[in-house]
Amino acid sequence: MRVRHGWRVARALLVSQYALMLEYRAEIVLWALSGVLPLIMLGVWSGSGAGAGAGLSPQQISRYFLSAFLVRQFTVVWLIHVFEEDALQGRLSPFLLQPLAPLWRYLAAHFSEQASRVPIVAVMLLALGLVAPGLLWLPSARSLLLGLVAIQAAFLLRFLLQVVVTTLCFWSERAAALDRLLLIPYLFLSGLVAPLETFPPAVRRLAMATPFPWMVDFPARLLAGEEVNATLGFAAIAAWCLLLLPIGRWLWLAGLRRYSAMGA
Amino acid sequence: MASWRHYGRSLRSFWSTSLAAELEYPLNAVIELVSVFGNLAGSLFVLQLLFAGGSSLGGWSWNGALVVLGLYTLLDGITTCLLQPNLSRIVNHVQTGTLDYVLLKPIDSQFWLSTRTVSPWGLPAIGAALGLIAWASSRAGVPSPALLLLALALLLASLVILYSLWFVLAALSIWFVKVWNATEVLRQTLVAGRYPVSAYPPALRLVFTFVLPVAFLTTVPAEALLGRGSLAWAGGSLLAAILCFGGSRLLWLHAQRFYTSASS
Repeated sequence: MRVRHGWRVARALLVSQYALMLEYRAEIVLWALSGVLPLIMLGVWSGSGAGAGAGLSPQQISRYFLSAFLVRQFTVVWLIHVFEEDALQGRLSPFLLQPLAPLWRYLAAHFSEQASRVPIVAVMLLALGLVAPGLLWLPSARSLLLGLVAIQAAFLLRFLLQVVVTTLCFWSERAAALDRLLLIPYLFLSGLVAPLETFPPAVRRLAMATPFPWMVDFPARLLAGEEVNATLGFAAIAAWCLLLLPIGRWLWLAGLRRYSAMGA
Repeated sequence: MASWRHYGRSLRSFWSTSLAAELEYPLNAVIELVSVFGNLAGSLFVLQLLFAGGSSLGGWSWNGALVVLGLYTLLDGITTCLLQPNLSRIVNHVQTGTLDYVLLKPIDSQFWLSTRTVSPWGLPAIGAALGLIAWASSRAGVPSPALLLLALALLLASLVILYSLWFVLAALSIWFVKVWNATEVLRQTLVAGRYPVSAYPPALRLVFTFVLPVAFLTTVPAEALLGRGSLAWAGGSLLAAILCFGGSRLLWLHAQRFYTSASS
């Protein structure tokens, strides 16, 4: 009974959020376009000899950054910005009255946004293939499957990490500014702007001890068909999620007690 | 003459009120400082990785590349101070209909929309950038006063180009009301200005010169500062600035004819 109920709620949420996202398709095109950073970095890296110095062939570099581009497109999390506004304007209050934790609604919105990105990203890849036919390749079924699962796992990890920061909205009116701080290690340690192979060994060890490389480097290398220890990667993501889940839950409950519907 | 004074007085009251409002959030100063230095450290780290393969990046020395990075940081700081707080709000004015009030004011509407607020949070970036530019360019050889003047003029041109790009994208919201974050796309693609334009493959170089004039934003002023400025590039930069600013002005005059206010 509960399973059926849960399924119905999930379906209703996903269908309604997907319809909402389609309404904002022009905006989503722009968001998708704003994820071009890995492609810009591909341009810089393919022009410099630094990749070869780290033992990466030009093909490996282009596949890596193209995969990183895909990973970036489907692991975008914007929870904190929406939530901050909802909390400030009191829109959170009606959500709290419903017999459903509000975070599920936001999670469904993120999944729907990913779905609405699929055709846009496909067109971008097609355009890329027309401009530079050598860039595209067909990954093996195994790396495609593992890569897609890893992208979703990485998304979940990013979402949970942002939930932890988002709960600070209950204490501060401008918690979204904190997201900018979180973006810095994500940008430079995740492998988004430089492959981890090119890092000095000490920095690389430091990066691997943070959750960030599992968010881009791991799924991107799976997708690019590189040698990766998939078990270790998935285990690391699961471990980080298990660490963040209770912290997020505790902060959420503590914050909810403080929430007084600002502006009400 | 009186009208100049009128605009000057308006500007002073605009900025003193918005500064007072922003200073209500002192925590932001700390966040901004950490984020500026974190971003700069990350950029230096990546730049150093790119130089690991050889002693040049697209024919640029380490010091030259640092000047480019400094100019990028400078423009980014100015964006945070002036462009982002003002121009990202145009879409809200269109959506809620408050643009009506702006158009009714006895002051040029483009001026009002572009200068209404100022945010102090870009100042740390501007300070760090000026330091980096001075340090790196003096290590590459102290520029003569004439070169310095030329570099300043080109920097001014790049500011005009940057402003026009932002304004055009923001003004497009008159037609596409729901395009919330067009300006964010611009900010993400301008990241390409972190590296000298010759570091990119030839096709991208053309794009970054003629389509999205990233080359004029950072590379051209940097070349002037390093004593490698050429008349063709300087002339091109000034021409691009005039064209971009004139274009933004024309677009705004044209856009007002299409503005039909909210709910009509």
